[in-house]
Amino acid sequence: MRVPVSWLRTYVPTLTATADEIATALIRAGLEVEQVHRYGEDVRNVVVGRVVDVEELTEFLPKKTIRFCHVDSGTRVHDVVCGAQNFVAGDLVPFALPGASLPGGFEIATRQTYGRTSDGMICSEAELRLAETSAGILVLPPDSPLGVDVVELLGLRDEVLDIAVTPDRGYTLSVRGVAREAATAFGVAFEDAGLRDVPAVGEGYEVRLEDPGCDRYVARTLTGFDPSAPSPAWMKRRLVLAGMRPISLAVDVTNHVMLDLGQPLHAFDLATLQGPVVVRRARPGERLTTLDDQDRALHPGDLLITDDSGPLGLAGVMGGASTEISPSTTSILIEAAHFEPASVTRTARRHRLPSEASKRFERGVDQDLAAAAAEVAVQLLVAATGAKAVGVTDVDNRAPRPLLRLPVDKPGQVAGRSYTPEQVTRRLREVGCVVEGDAVLQVTPPGWRPDLTGAAELVEEVIRLEGYDTVPVALPTAPAGRGLTEGQRRRRTASRALASAGLVEVVLPPFVSATTVEALGQAHHAAPTVLNPLSEEEALLRPSLLPGLLAALLRNVGRGLPDVALYEIGSVFRGVGIPVAEVPKTSQRPSADELVALDAALPAQPRMAGLVLAGRRGGRPAEVTDAVEVLVSVAASLGVQLTVGRETQAPFHPGRCAAMLLDGSAIGVAGELHPRVAALLGLPARTVAAEIDLDALVGAAVAMGPATAPVVSAYPPSSVDVALVVDGSVLSGDVAASLRAGAGALLESVRLFDVYTGPQLGEGKRSLAYALRFRAPDRTLTDPEVLGARDAAVAQAATDHGAVLRGA
Amino acid sequence: MSAPDYDPKQVSLLQAPALEEARDAGLDAFAAADTLEALAVARTAHLGGNAHVSLANREIGVLPPAAKGEAGKRVNEVRKALEVAFEARKAALEDERDARVLVEEQVDVSLLPGLVPQGARHPLTTIQERIADVFIGMGWEVAEGPEVEHEWFNFDALNMPADHPAREMQDTLWLAPEGSQVVLRTQTSPVQIRSLLARGLPCYVVAPGRVFRNDALDATHSPVFGQVEGLCVDEGITMAHLRGTLEAYAEAMFGSHLASRLRPSYFPFTEPSAELDIQCFSCLGSGDPCRVCSTEGWIEVGGCGMVNPAVLVACGVNPDRYSGFAFGMGLDRTLMFRHGITDIRDLYEGDQRFTRAFGTEA
Repeated sequence: MRVPVSWLRTYVPTLTATADEIATALIRAGLEVEQVHRYGEDVRNVVVGRVVDVEELTEFLPKKTIRFCHVDSGTRVHDVVCGAQNFVAGDLVPFALPGASLPGGFEIATRQTYGRTSDGMICSEAELRLAETSAGILVLPPDSPLGVDVVELLGLRDEVLDIAVTPDRGYTLSVRGVAREAATAFGVAFEDAGLRDVPAVGEGYEVRLEDPGCDRYVARTLTGFDPSAPSPAWMKRRLVLAGMRPISLAVDVTNHVMLDLGQPLHAFDLATLQGPVVVRRARPGERLTTLDDQDRALHPGDLLITDDSGPLGLAGVMGGASTEISPSTTSILIEAAHFEPASVTRTARRHRLPSEASKRFERGVDQDLAAAAAEVAVQLLVAATGAKAVGVTDVDNRAPRPLLRLPVDKPGQVAGRSYTPEQVTRRLREVGCVVEGDAVLQVTPPGWRPDLTGAAELVEEVIRLEGYDTVPVALPTAPAGRGLTEGQRRRRTASRALASAGLVEVVLPPFVSATTVEALGQAHHAAPTVLNPLSEEEALLRPSLLPGLLAALLRNVGRGLPDVALYEIGSVFRGVGIPVAEVPKTSQRPSADELVALDAALPAQPRMAGLVLAGRRGGRPAEVTDAVEVLVSVAASLGVQLTVGRETQAPFHPGRCAAMLLDGSAIGVAGELHPRVAALLGLPARTVAAEIDLDALVGAAVAMGPATAPVVSAYPPSSVDVALVVDGSVLSGDVAASLRAGAGALLESVRLFDVYTGPQLGEGKRSLAYALRFRAPDRTLTDPEVLGARDAAVAQAATDHGAVLRGA
Repeated sequence: MSAPDYDPKQVSLLQAPALEEARDAGLDAFAAADTLEALAVARTAHLGGNAHVSLANREIGVLPPAAKGEAGKRVNEVRKALEVAFEARKAALEDERDARVLVEEQVDVSLLPGLVPQGARHPLTTIQERIADVFIGMGWEVAEGPEVEHEWFNFDALNMPADHPAREMQDTLWLAPEGSQVVLRTQTSPVQIRSLLARGLPCYVVAPGRVFRNDALDATHSPVFGQVEGLCVDEGITMAHLRGTLEAYAEAMFGSHLASRLRPSYFPFTEPSAELDIQCFSCLGSGDPCRVCSTEGWIEVGGCGMVNPAVLVACGVNPDRYSGFAFGMGLDRTLMFRHGITDIRDLYEGDQRFTRAFGTEA
């Protein structure tokens, strides 16, 4: 809402504060004044001049018609060259003297043009920023005093408050509403243009309200309307400053009243109406061409203004083309009605038609304003055209306003301070409420505050107007907290472990494209789809962290960073839930069943940790085992031991992919990307990626509970090396696991220290050399004990993997 | 008495001139040795078993007792002189060698082995931890909720029924199909509802997380951004407690040198509602033209207010007995002025140079 300060001052004539002071006070009262625009400050030395004579310079025809005039500025007569044609000798015009400055810092100087001297300039409305465009120069009324400053005369100097209006404060979508807040803020008198006598009902046009979506309909008829009458300059000026385009008198008047009082009006060409005006819902198959020339199929939920011919307009949203005021209109019906906010909201949204009217009805228009607003509009039309006000209709089905009860000490209880009963009562009255009672106030909110529906809203009004800065400052005393949960602590640890492993965290939007998901061989049908995505390209919610990480990797490579190591921790999304049959009411706590059903409507959202590597790592090319090692060490930082298995799954190289196993079940995967996938996505060759279910990992860590301390033996260890020949496909980690299992409790550690392949081993065989370290907690081991344990270890490896002791 | 049984030639070894000659030869040889190896050879020659002094020493035994004393003294003097000279020369040569070798062994200690460099954590992660820790210090706990949320939690229970104009304040991303009832949460406020339903009372929780809006990505807006929700519901909670808590938050995030203010505003789930503004860190509200705050002097960091009784009712909490406050603060703006980030896209593009600057603890 743009509020010209000069307009606002008409409601608060005794207010002396500057625009900036008003803005500050309104902000303190909760109006979001985003900016104070200033107009006319840069206009200097433009005065009322009189055209003395006009000479047509025809030698420049047909290119351009040029006039050479003499203009009396009150002190002397100037030679002026002018391109406009719409004035005659004797007219009074805005005249920019040499040395004048026009809006935008445009300087006027004496100059030579078309072979003459031009010693000043005759101005148009556009040049003075009175209108967006203008056909010719502005001819001033004949009673304008010669030589006076046009800025003063036309009120060109003005400031405009630009206010972002929150949904609860529909009344501030009017100069009246904003001015009321200013009056309260400065404690000055408020002169309410919305309170005025209205003529009695009579000779009115017939109106029927057939739907509760409209509870008030005032119709005023006028005859003898002059369609050619222009809007007064002051009105156009106000509309322009308020950000609206002047169009025609009838439209300008309805817009002016709407901006002034907050009541949207509609003007019908009375001659086009057929039969009574009926407010009702749309019927099947009905259509309407709205003022924007769109032919619209109507929805049974649309509230309509109709007559015998059918729909005339979308109630509270936009009128129809068939009854629009035209250049031949001579009789008018003015509609001032009150519509249910939700109905208007739905219709405006359904037809994607947010209008100045719908914006106001959605937020709630003063339910008591219709008659007064219609009267103001009628008076303006009568004054501007000499039209005659004829009929008055007022169909009034308004419900009585609610009576709210407010314990007088309640605002103080909420604020944590005390307010006197006088303060509470006075503030509520300033808002416009009728207040009665002592200990418990009976409060009737004013018509323009439909948002005041209970004690909580009244409390806010009192605290707000007294000032939030008068609320004291205190810290609440929370009961002793338990700190982070076990899971939260471990997620922090995992995050630090990933960073310690040399990876850099990224936070990526969760939107991915089906093409990428498919290229990665992931089940894109499991990814939920966004109904109204930011980009049609990326309409899926990520079913995995990898698409985003790989895209980020590519971005880094594209920026000349070949060595990339990224990780992300975040939710992924899989599957589609089941919508609940009926969304729970909010008048009570939902039942346990309802809560279960609400959660069942959501997709699965496990929290994952993902990583990607490309280029060099630690002085050599990154490889799949780097990713495996990172995941193993992250798990180890949580006290969880992961084992590594072979895996073949998209999008990975079938020979370079590992399953990350927790107690035998896969909770993650790590691998080098399949060369074809890397090529398809334009990724560097040998890009490595991995992803692990962090919820599962953290869950396992939490389930283990506090770690049990080991017995740290001070007895000497015994070390034995074994070299085992196994098939090349056998994982060294699996052999180590068998050794560990076979050796029993005396084994302290297993370390692979050599891998050997050679012709003497046989085709496809590998020799794996392990150092086994044995130790007992309570004694020095004897050689037979150690060798016995070694043999058991080797036997297990032989059983599990066909391992043969080398050299045996 | 028989004649002495020794070779007179050998005995001549003990003659003073011979000894002096041997001493001088030894001293010269030590001085001439320019390596430890040469010195070792010279030592063998002049102090070894077959050296003059050693042979001379052996001759002493055959001398008559009266002569032994003087001869022994003479030989010892020469040996001593040679040993002193040798040790001195050896020390000198060792010093020389050490000086040379240690210089040769010098390494470039700034030439690092190029193992895996330390990684880094994203500032959005670390600021969330920092905020959580501030509130944990006050006895609060950290609550969580899903990023994809049912509209009942995101809207209805927060006093935003269908068709409420406040739903239009936020451009919501909905999941397909039409009628799924599921949104990408537009705010962290649904965690308020989940906390009240799951935890019981009193409830003091803070919930950092990501939220989503249908906004195009540009230098100052992102469709995904960080927010931290706070909720306190207990008996006797007032707006004074809200102010106190927010001041503690603001001081932890922005320092104590920046003023803050509460400005009345509107949210369906709080009543009264307010925006928290922090004095502009750049112009400090001086009124001079400022790009950071558009010369307003204040920067909006989040919304807050007293929990609307309708919200308490939807969670089964008796609003006559309990009251509370809630807040939702934007983290991206906070990061922007905490770290001088000028383009919000840097937070979400995944350029590793950006994150790396923050280390693991921003």
